[in-house]
Amino acid sequence: MLVTALDILIAGLIQGGIYALIAVGLNLQYGVARVLNVSHGEFIMLAAFITYSLYSLFGISPLVSLLICGPLMLLIGFLIHRTLFQRLRDTSESIDIFEGNSLLASFGLLFIIQNIALLIWTANIRGYSYLTSPVNLSGAIFPENRLVALLFAVVISLGFYFFLMRTRLGKAIRAAAQEPTTAGLSGVNIKQVLAICFGLGALMAGFAGALISMTREITPLIGLNYTIIAMIVVVLGGLGSITGSLISGFILGLIGSIVTYIDAGLALIAYYVIFIVLLLVKPTGILGK
Amino acid sequence: MDISRFNSRRFLVTGLIVLVLLALLATLPFYGSAYSVILLTSIFMYIVITVSWTIFSGPTRYISLASAAFFGVGVYTAAILGKVLPLGVVIIIGALLSFILALFIGVITLRLRGMYFIIFTFGISELIKNAILFYETHFSLTVGRWVPRVDQTTVYYIMLAIFVALMLTTYFIRHTKWGLALQSIGQSEEAAAHRGINVTWVKVITFAISAVFMGAAGAIMATKWAYVDPRIAFNPLLSFLPVLMAIFGGMSQIYGPVIGAAIFTYLQEILVTKFAYYYMLLFGIILIVAILYMPNGLVGLIQKRRKRGPPEQQAST
Repeated sequence: MLVTALDILIAGLIQGGIYALIAVGLNLQYGVARVLNVSHGEFIMLAAFITYSLYSLFGISPLVSLLICGPLMLLIGFLIHRTLFQRLRDTSESIDIFEGNSLLASFGLLFIIQNIALLIWTANIRGYSYLTSPVNLSGAIFPENRLVALLFAVVISLGFYFFLMRTRLGKAIRAAAQEPTTAGLSGVNIKQVLAICFGLGALMAGFAGALISMTREITPLIGLNYTIIAMIVVVLGGLGSITGSLISGFILGLIGSIVTYIDAGLALIAYYVIFIVLLLVKPTGILGK
Repeated sequence: MDISRFNSRRFLVTGLIVLVLLALLATLPFYGSAYSVILLTSIFMYIVITVSWTIFSGPTRYISLASAAFFGVGVYTAAILGKVLPLGVVIIIGALLSFILALFIGVITLRLRGMYFIIFTFGISELIKNAILFYETHFSLTVGRWVPRVDQTTVYYIMLAIFVALMLTTYFIRHTKWGLALQSIGQSEEAAAHRGINVTWVKVITFAISAVFMGAAGAIMATKWAYVDPRIAFNPLLSFLPVLMAIFGGMSQIYGPVIGAAIFTYLQEILVTKFAYYYMLLFGIILIVAILYMPNGLVGLIQKRRKRGPPEQQAST
C-alpha cells in the first residue's frame, strides 16, 4: 500500500515536472505576448523529433540535444513573433481583436508544423531507449530516464524563475506583462521583449520536447494534447502567474497519476472536468488576482 | 441592412439568380453524376456548419470552438435513435439536443469573455468526446456504432433543405432588429445593454439557434457515413474549419462564408485523399495569409475591386 502510494506520488511528480515546464512556456506567451499559442505543443513535438533523430542517426545524447533544441526553438519562436505576431499586433484595432487573430494564426502554425513533421517523419510511432536501467526508490521502481527528466524539468523551471526575478531582462518582461505601454515609456524595448517572451515560451517547449522523447514514444500528432494540458495548467495557476503555473503543473501531474491509477482512460476526462469547473468557478486560477 | 435594397432592381436580380440556382441544385440528382451529388452534399455540410457558426460568432466576435460538439450531438442522436425512429424525427431530435446543449453552454459561459470563452467551448467539445469514448470502451465495449444507411439522394435533399432553412434564418436575423442588436453587442456589450438590449438573452438564443443547424447536419451526415465513432463525430477540425472558412470568405456579407466553405471543401475533396499532409499544410498557410492580408476575406477583396464607395461596416474578427 505504501509502495503504491509512493509509486503514484513519484509518477505524478515526473509528469508534473513536464507539465510545469510546458505551462510556464505557454503562460509567458499568453501572459506577456498575449498570444494564446495553440501551436505550443507542436514546438514540443518538433523538439522531441529532432532529439529522436539526432540520437538515432548520430548517437547524440538527448541531454546534449536539450542544449540544441532549446536555443533552436527560441530562435524560431523569436522570428515567428517578429514577422507574424508583431505584424498582427500592429494591424489589429484593439488587444481583444489581436488576441482573436493571433489565436487563429497560431492554429495556422499548428497545421503547418504538424504536417511538415508528418511529411518528414510520417505518422509512425517512434521511440528510442536511453538510460532505461531501473532505479529502486524504497520500493517504487522507475527507469533512470524518468528521474533524469524530472531533475532537469525542476532545474530548468527554477533557473527560469530566477532569471525572471533577478535579471534585468526578467524585470523588463515582468514590466511588459503588467503594463506594456508604461513599460515602453520607461525605456523597455517592447517589441523586442514581446518577441523574446514568445521565444522563451518556445524554448520551454524545446526543453520539454527533448525530455519527453527520452521517456515516451512520440508521433507528430502528440502536440495538441500537450497544448491542452498546458492550457489547463495555465488556467489552474492563473493567467500570467509563473509561480502558479509551476505549482499547478505538479498538482495536475499528481491528479493525473492518481486518476490513472484508478482508470487510465479517465485521466483526460478528469483534466477537462477540472478545467471546465475552474473556468466557471474561479477563472482567475488558484494564484490569480 | 438598408431598406432601399428591398425595392431596388438589384434586389430583383439577386432574387432571380438565387431562384435559378436553387432550381439547378434541386434537380441535380436528375442530371448530375452520383459523384457530384456526394460532393455537393459534403460542400453543403461545411457551408451549413460555417454559416451557422457565423450567425453567432460573426457579429458578436465571440469565437466559438464548440461546432464539433453540436455536430457530434447530432451524429450520436442518429447513431442511437436511427434504428428505432423515422429519419425526420431523428434529425429534429438531433437539432433540438444541440439547441439544448448550446443553451446550457450559453447560460454557464455568460461570465466568460474573450479567450476564456474560446478555450471553454473547445474544452467542452473535447470533454464530451472523451466522455463518450470512455463510455463506449467501458460499457458498450465497442468504440464505433453503425447507423442505418440512407441513400445518397435523400441525404442530399435533406442537406439542401437544411441549407435553405439556414440561409432564410440568417437572412431574417441580419435584416431585423435582432441582427442589429447582435452587431451592437459585438461593438460594445455595455453600450448595447444601456440601449435596452437584453444582451444575455440575445447572445444565448442566437448561439442556440446556430447550434440547431449543426445538430441537424450531424444527424443526416451520420446516415451517410453509416459508421461513426467519437473521434469522427467530435473531430476538433469541425470546430476549426468553419472559423477558417468564414474568415477566408469574409463575414460582412451573407454569401462570404458560403463561398469560403465551398472553395475549401472542394479543395479538400480533390486534395485530401492523395495529398492529405499537403492539404493540411496549405490549409495552415492560407489561414495565416488570410488573417495577415485579407482581414475581410474574399468579400473584402471583391468589394475593393468594385470600389463602390467606402468599405462596408465590418463584422469580422
